Amino acid sequence: MLFSMLKASARVALVAGFAAGALVPSDGVAQSASNTLKFIPQADLRVLDPIWTTGYITRNHGYMVYDTLFAVDADFNIRPQMVDTWTVSDDKLTYTFTLRDGLKFHDGQLVRSVDCIASIQRWGKRDTFGQSAMQAVAAMEAVDDKTFKIVLKQPFPLLIEALAKPSSNVPFIMPERHAKTDAFEQIKEVIGSGPFKFVASEWVPGNKVVYVKNTDYVPRNEPPSWGAGGKVAKVDRIEWIYIPDSATAAAALSAGEVDWWEQPPGDLLPILERDPNIKVENIDPLGSIGVIRFNHLQPPFNNPKMRQALLHVVNQQDYLLAIAGSEKNGKTCYSFFTCGTPMASEAGSEVMKGPRSFEKAKELIKEAGYNGEKIVVLSATDQPIVHSQALLTTDLLRQLGLNVELAASDWGTLLNRRAVKEPVDKGGWSIFHTWWVGTDLANPAVNAPLRGNGAAGWFGWSTDAKLEELRNAWYAAPDADAQKKIAIEMQQRGWEVVPFIPTAQFILPTAFRTNITGVIVAPVTFMWNVEKK
Amino acid sequence: MLAYIVRRLLATIPVMGVVAVFVFSLLYLTPGDPAVVIAGDFATAEDIARIRERLGLNEPFLVRFGTWLWAVLRGDLGVSIFTNLPVTTLIGQRVEPTVALTICTMLVSVALAVPLGVIAAWRAGTLIDRVVMAFAVLGFSVPVFVLAYVLIFVFSLELELLPVQGYTSIREGFWPFLERMILPSLALGITFMALIARITRASMLEVLSQDYIRTAQAKGLDTGQVLVGHALKNAAVPIITIIGIGVALVIGGVVVTETVFAIPGMGRLVVDAILRRDYPVIQGIILIFSAVYVLINLLVDISYTFLDPRIRY
Repeated sequence: MLFSMLKASARVALVAGFAAGALVPSDGVAQSASNTLKFIPQADLRVLDPIWTTGYITRNHGYMVYDTLFAVDADFNIRPQMVDTWTVSDDKLTYTFTLRDGLKFHDGQLVRSVDCIASIQRWGKRDTFGQSAMQAVAAMEAVDDKTFKIVLKQPFPLLIEALAKPSSNVPFIMPERHAKTDAFEQIKEVIGSGPFKFVASEWVPGNKVVYVKNTDYVPRNEPPSWGAGGKVAKVDRIEWIYIPDSATAAAALSAGEVDWWEQPPGDLLPILERDPNIKVENIDPLGSIGVIRFNHLQPPFNNPKMRQALLHVVNQQDYLLAIAGSEKNGKTCYSFFTCGTPMASEAGSEVMKGPRSFEKAKELIKEAGYNGEKIVVLSATDQPIVHSQALLTTDLLRQLGLNVELAASDWGTLLNRRAVKEPVDKGGWSIFHTWWVGTDLANPAVNAPLRGNGAAGWFGWSTDAKLEELRNAWYAAPDADAQKKIAIEMQQRGWEVVPFIPTAQFILPTAFRTNITGVIVAPVTFMWNVEKK
Repeated sequence: MLAYIVRRLLATIPVMGVVAVFVFSLLYLTPGDPAVVIAGDFATAEDIARIRERLGLNEPFLVRFGTWLWAVLRGDLGVSIFTNLPVTTLIGQRVEPTVALTICTMLVSVALAVPLGVIAAWRAGTLIDRVVMAFAVLGFSVPVFVLAYVLIFVFSLELELLPVQGYTSIREGFWPFLERMILPSLALGITFMALIARITRASMLEVLSQDYIRTAQAKGLDTGQVLVGHALKNAAVPIITIIGIGVALVIGGVVVTETVFAIPGMGRLVVDAILRRDYPVIQGIILIFSAVYVLINLLVDISYTFLDPRIRY
């Protein structure tokens, strides 16, 4: 009542102020009225080169300004995007691609074959799927400005899948002069051929990124589906406004100062859901997967029995609640490959699905010969998904009678310590937690934690020759059925050697105002097709 | 006086030199590796090693320090490891919001706190004095972020009078600038208001007990003239000192306010840089902050001579 009266009085005062000419409407109000979409991204965009980093925010920026040769659609089919037609020779060694008409970079130059070749080469130096593909490539050559060939040394049936890779690192096409930059050095300029142009002069790291509609972009005729189909920009300008404080972000969305908040935290969702002007939706069909990762180089988790012991006590329901706040924001997923994707299965997962057994876990710990070695669980308090998992795991380990230390720090410190291969008393670690988006664990080509390539692999450095052998066989598999069979074998092997433990498949819903329509349901936040009414 | 100012300015050179050595050494010794942060969650040890090599992080301390110092002396603070933008550009983008927030905060604080402190001293021991001091204690005790959320709730969400967040440059219009400064300045200013009001009261109480005040009153001067013309002027030195300290504190302490109100200022820049181990940005900002502190101290010292003719350098 008091606020209603005050609000009325305040509005009268404000209107009087405007009428008197003392006040002018703010820039923010004026821009909201125009066709500008104001968006709070999941993180601050600091790095502009989507090949130089695997950060998801940079990947999303990449999709705004760059285009891809191929893309995956919602049915997991590979569809051409910049490519018009392509052929494969009978011996499966020569792929010939022809680009669509009308492809232009933001500086007005046409997209040429040499741009595509240089972009694929640079991507192939950083991305793991790309590296595997490049090992099979003998040569890439431009036939003319619109046609180029990739000649292989031996058949690589997944070449088109590699070029359609939907998540980091995405093989975006850049101008040749940028793509020739060393893959370990950032490009200096952002010129793509995608549906939006990056406005460098308005970029304020830590605050704002601005894109404007690329009026030269020629979208495909098909309806949009994930990263495939027509990328029609329906707003003239998009501003990514980074608001680090989630309470402020919620207030800004509620007040209409922004239109869309990519990833509100779980504890604020009920408040947003109560606002009639805001829609809270799950637009990510695959969600993300929480991960417990072991240090395979140091005791005690260099012993598979110690890793197996945890399989008997980790309860995915608990992790889901801790990460996502509610069972409706996710589900259990007893698979090393993302549930809901073609390679996923629950083969051999009884050990995790069955009743939780501390007795069985303690037996395995005894068999492993555990002798009170200190276990260091790394955690980052500024990353709620990491920290909530670390607290749960630490508690489980304590319940098992193990000597545990929770090493809580910020994310930057965790990343540093995670790289240390030494024992815990020399700055090393035993367990850390993270999460991967669903597309990044969807198959053996992209699933880094399921690899067994030891010191050359992802942090934790799990070594298993059989997993590597199966992965190579998967690459060479002639069809989807054969791939699935191998994926099931990898899954079963995974439960034996336990390179990591999947903790839950959770969803990070998005929230936008009700005047926003056309948001694409996909594992990446795409901004074409979005309208502001 | 001029000689004093020149001496003080020259004295800043060794001070800045010590700061430079200290900043560089501190970051060198602090655990953390920007290459690891850059490489990201999915990087391999080989990726990290290559990035370290490219950034020159494997060079010996003295080589890195010498390279950095030589560049700084030429006005080049380096390039951010992450954004690839010059540190001077990043700082340039962030200076205006922080300076604007500092000035608005200090204006709000001083404009309200000094009269409150004077009134409290003038009516010492009365209800007015107790109310002012209770406000001072409360203002000093409530965390800035709590106050910020309350202000946002009341003025932005309920009354819909002022925007929740963001910063608009004064070049884009005075009202757009001001409407985004009011809440952050109030949130941050109330703490300093409390501090300045307490110091003003204490200083005024001491002066008001002096003989010359009684003489002024005996001459028949009205209360306003006595308080402002005679007492406040003589009580000003400690007040100016605390305002000087306050400016330094505000510049150093804006990070919470900048974060809550999403103002792209220096405070957020330095915290983000520390979390990411963006060494060139951290070094650049600390150098600039140090220089600003030295200058503020100099200005405060000089202002004493204008307020109290007995002070000579």
